[in-house]
Amino acid sequence: MTDNAGAWVPSARQVERDRYRRRRTRRRGLVAAASTVVVLGVLVIAVVSAPGWDRVQQTYFDPAMARESVGPVAEAFVTNVELFLIAEVMILALALVVAVIRVAPVPALMPLKILATVYTDVLRGTPTILVILLVGFGLPALQLQGVPESRFVLGLIALTLSYGAYVAEVLRAGILSVHPTQWASGRSLGLSYATTLRLVVLPQAVRRVAPPLLNDFVSLQKDTALVSAIGLVEALRAAQVITQRNFNFTPYVVAAVFFIVATIPLARLTDWLSLRAARRDSGAA
Amino acid sequence: MAFLSVRQVRKRFGTNDVLRGVDLEVEAHEVVCLIGASGSGKSTLLRCLNLLETVDDGVIELDGVEITDPQAAVDAVRRDVGIVFQAYNLFPHLSVLDNVALAPRKVRGTPRRDAERAGTELLGRFGLTDKADAHPDALSGGQQQRVALVRALAMRPRVLLLDEVTSALDPLLVGEVLEAVRDLKREGLTIVMATHEMSFAREVADHVVFLDDGLVVESGPAEEVLTTPSDPRTAAFLARSLRTGEKRSGFGTIAG
Repeated sequence: MTDNAGAWVPSARQVERDRYRRRRTRRRGLVAAASTVVVLGVLVIAVVSAPGWDRVQQTYFDPAMARESVGPVAEAFVTNVELFLIAEVMILALALVVAVIRVAPVPALMPLKILATVYTDVLRGTPTILVILLVGFGLPALQLQGVPESRFVLGLIALTLSYGAYVAEVLRAGILSVHPTQWASGRSLGLSYATTLRLVVLPQAVRRVAPPLLNDFVSLQKDTALVSAIGLVEALRAAQVITQRNFNFTPYVVAAVFFIVATIPLARLTDWLSLRAARRDSGAA
Repeated sequence: MAFLSVRQVRKRFGTNDVLRGVDLEVEAHEVVCLIGASGSGKSTLLRCLNLLETVDDGVIELDGVEITDPQAAVDAVRRDVGIVFQAYNLFPHLSVLDNVALAPRKVRGTPRRDAERAGTELLGRFGLTDKADAHPDALSGGQQQRVALVRALAMRPRVLLLDEVTSALDPLLVGEVLEAVRDLKREGLTIVMATHEMSFAREVADHVVFLDDGLVVESGPAEEVLTTPSDPRTAAFLARSLRTGEKRSGFGTIAG
């Protein structure tokens, strides 16, 4: 700021510019609102005036059914929330270990490295639903001592294994994306490899991959519904039970709303983090 | 025996012979400037001294101990040999003070409070007191480079390596950083620096070493090498950098 910043009065030219910009902003807002109303209106009219709309409305959007099912579905959705909250912590821990094993140049880790590579290759290539079925029915079938029987725990293990592979790859990419000069300056100060990784490289890597990582978590939150395949009563299962009792699909829509609402905070957080990262990158140049 | 001794050091990247048998002797408390065109091997030599690169042949000794021995304690050597890079390479996720205090805490085991007190004091000496809590991206290039200097000094190295620390800075900021280096010389720190600042080398260096194509072509007292070079390659290089130097001072703002 200049020293007479307090006494500054915008020039006539600047006043004119500001006025023009305000006008333009208002005009753009109007155009956006008008086009939204038109497009949504046309969509609604198209759907509502469709020949089968009455049937669809009865089957999918029945207010009475919605009221009846919202309680049981909400109750069951708690299981989904528990699943993804615990799974997210476990996934991060597993993924971090796998990613570090894969990047660390330690010869003694070789067997683990091979294991980690096979793990990510196999689990990323297997549909999550298959992992859930294999873990959910396969693990107990082994009849090994200490294998959990709870469907909740089995579902948790399956989701962790499946998503751990994705998140490990995201973290590994993040670690590799930190510029080698950061390693060099850490090591040149006498920091060990492990300390440099922990205090210099990982914090930067995690910051950089936070948006894609959260994106995987959004996906995980939806996929907790897949655990219904091994008979765990969660939101989808609860909705299914009511649906089959009444031959009405409204409970499914109710369940969908729960999943959507649960993912929105994460989606906005992801947007905010990406935006902040972009701003920081342009500012740091 | 010299404090830092380099004998017949070779380094090759792929098919590119970057160092082809370099000899260098640095006495304690001496400032040695490495000069030479880009690609002559100055940076690689410095990186070898800090063990960031493994030499392909030859011996480097620090205070009589061979540090090129594959069994040498690498982290211990780096504790004693500080390096400052051309591109600063500060840790972007840490505040200035954390950048400075990290290595003393984690490598030397200094308690956080002591490391931060020492760090704050060092930052003060380089005019950075009010920047202690800032993040590196909020600093000018000159400030960042001084923080990098402080970060290396916080480890109390016995030798400081400076790799073209002013190359990325505009002339005003170059002055800031060179002033800091002058201070360090007065304190008796042993310094090996690669530089393109000929007038600075003339003023501060005890010895100047001219590298060309991976070999030491000429070395001796600063005045001698820079004023009456005996090798035609040195003379040609000096004439060239003098011309660019004049151009620079003429226009004032062309960064090296």
